[in-house]
Amino acid sequence: MSGAISTMSPETVPVAGGSARWALATHSRYLTMQSVRALLRQPFFVAISLVQPMIWLLLFGELFKRVAELPGFGASSYIDFLIPGIIVMNVLFGASWSGMTFIEMIGQGTMDRMLTTPLKRGALIIASLAYNSITIVVQTAIIFLVGWPLGATYTAPGILVSLAATILLTGAFCSISNAYALVLRSREALIGLSIMLALPLSFLSSALMSQGAAPDWIRSVSRFNPVDWAVVASREALSGSPDWGAVWAHLGYLAVIALLLGYLATRAFGSYQRSI
Amino acid sequence: MINAAGLVKEYGKVRALDGLSLDVEPGTVFGLLGPNGAGKSTTVKILTTLSRATSGTAHVAGLDVTKFPDKVRRVIGCVPQQTSVDPAATGRENLNLQGALYGLRRAALKTRTDQLLTRFGLTDAANRPSRTYSGGMQRKLDVAMGLIHHPRVLFLDEPTTGLDPEARAEMWTELTHLAAEERMTILLTTHYLEEADKLASRLAIVDRGKVVATGTPDDLKNELHGDAITIDLADTATIPQARALLARIATEVTSSGRSLRARVSDGATAIPAVLAALDSAGIPVASVSVARPSLDDVYLRYAGRSFADAEGVAA
Repeated sequence: MSGAISTMSPETVPVAGGSARWALATHSRYLTMQSVRALLRQPFFVAISLVQPMIWLLLFGELFKRVAELPGFGASSYIDFLIPGIIVMNVLFGASWSGMTFIEMIGQGTMDRMLTTPLKRGALIIASLAYNSITIVVQTAIIFLVGWPLGATYTAPGILVSLAATILLTGAFCSISNAYALVLRSREALIGLSIMLALPLSFLSSALMSQGAAPDWIRSVSRFNPVDWAVVASREALSGSPDWGAVWAHLGYLAVIALLLGYLATRAFGSYQRSI
Repeated sequence: MINAAGLVKEYGKVRALDGLSLDVEPGTVFGLLGPNGAGKSTTVKILTTLSRATSGTAHVAGLDVTKFPDKVRRVIGCVPQQTSVDPAATGRENLNLQGALYGLRRAALKTRTDQLLTRFGLTDAANRPSRTYSGGMQRKLDVAMGLIHHPRVLFLDEPTTGLDPEARAEMWTELTHLAAEERMTILLTTHYLEEADKLASRLAIVDRGKVVATGTPDDLKNELHGDAITIDLADTATIPQARALLARIATEVTSSGRSLRARVSDGATAIPAVLAALDSAGIPVASVSVARPSLDDVYLRYAGRSFADAEGVAA
């Protein structure tokens, strides 16, 4: 039987569904919906996710209130200065954990099951980015809302650019986290590496401290820091007279790094499959 | 339908598969029997495109699993060793997602999902998160998910491991029906001798990453020179005479107490002859029983150790 059948042309196998791109979109949509439904079934978790950004804003707002008085700080209103920073840090500490879902799926066996179906690997990454972007956008909206009675001023283009920057940064950090998860397959290692990445990157940026008040070397390093790109894009767009060239440039850098990391994360499935 | 030749899989220095070959005819239920750690799951992982062999080739439905993994994935259904339903999603959602991955849409997807929920008696539980299911129900959902796209080849990796005896018996009934109803080729791995005996029409016995014997369960057992018969005599005094008589009809005659044991090629036809011989010699018989050789005997012969011992080593 093997002799006769193994020469059978592979084209004789019926191909379900439409084109590959259509399958990628559909698979991503189904996977995202599955995650959103699972989240909504855990009201406690939803509540924590909603409260967390408020805590960020209120705690940091109080703690760093008087930094704006530092010589060379530059910004006049600390709350206006802080909001883009909080938005971006919220992304870091949310998206960095997205790989946990992959580790959980590997543990549950759902990952291996999916990898034996015609599922597009990219759809697992896209769905993870989409799901995390949804939560991050809701959390960002909460930060904007809570900041308003505290005296923050916004512009519509500023809010849109901030949301775009957070989504792109979410894409980058989810991808790193997912790739870690597929390569390391260990919660502990993922937690360690995520913290080792998120903390330095936020301190080596202008998220909480104006570049004018930061040491020179931090200023130089932060120019290559995606976290700083997101902060700069958001802060610049929300400012009274935005430098749109700088805004678009920083959004562009973010898009490039997000796409690159998303591609690498998709490639990490190969590493995972070689190990099993 | 499934063909593997010289599969080798190495994890670092550990050799999980050591030249495993097998050939599964279309429409059969093929059992891969072996103790834990024999290489059954590794074989399934390679055949289902999850893992890659270090060397050797494998074809499923005529397709090379290394060259055309995407095409292989469309024609196979896979029920992994571990129950792998999404616990946060309901039974219906699990089936819907699985169907969507194969390109099933709307009406077709709904029809098929309803059909499988009914088929496996999960309709009442369909809208509950699957984490609330019993182990047996989760496993049924698992099998249903593997069937959603009418696969041509179904892989069942240890389908009843971890189930209680009642759920196991129920699953066996389901799988027996399945094999009869759907014209599918099924490859089943198990470390339960009874399960292999009950479900598989052909078996490959796997030990230390190799197939050590193949055949139908009956063929394999027949190779052990037939059935064991046990005769309990009414009177111990007649033992020597009975032994002599029995030795003319059967082989490997042994006695202990009032019991005589012997091996015959076919127990059912040998018994009347044995009884007639004893009766004409005037030897009263208390009881007679026939036992088919078990797969445990078969395993012992080919692997050189008892199945229970091999499991002990693996664990």
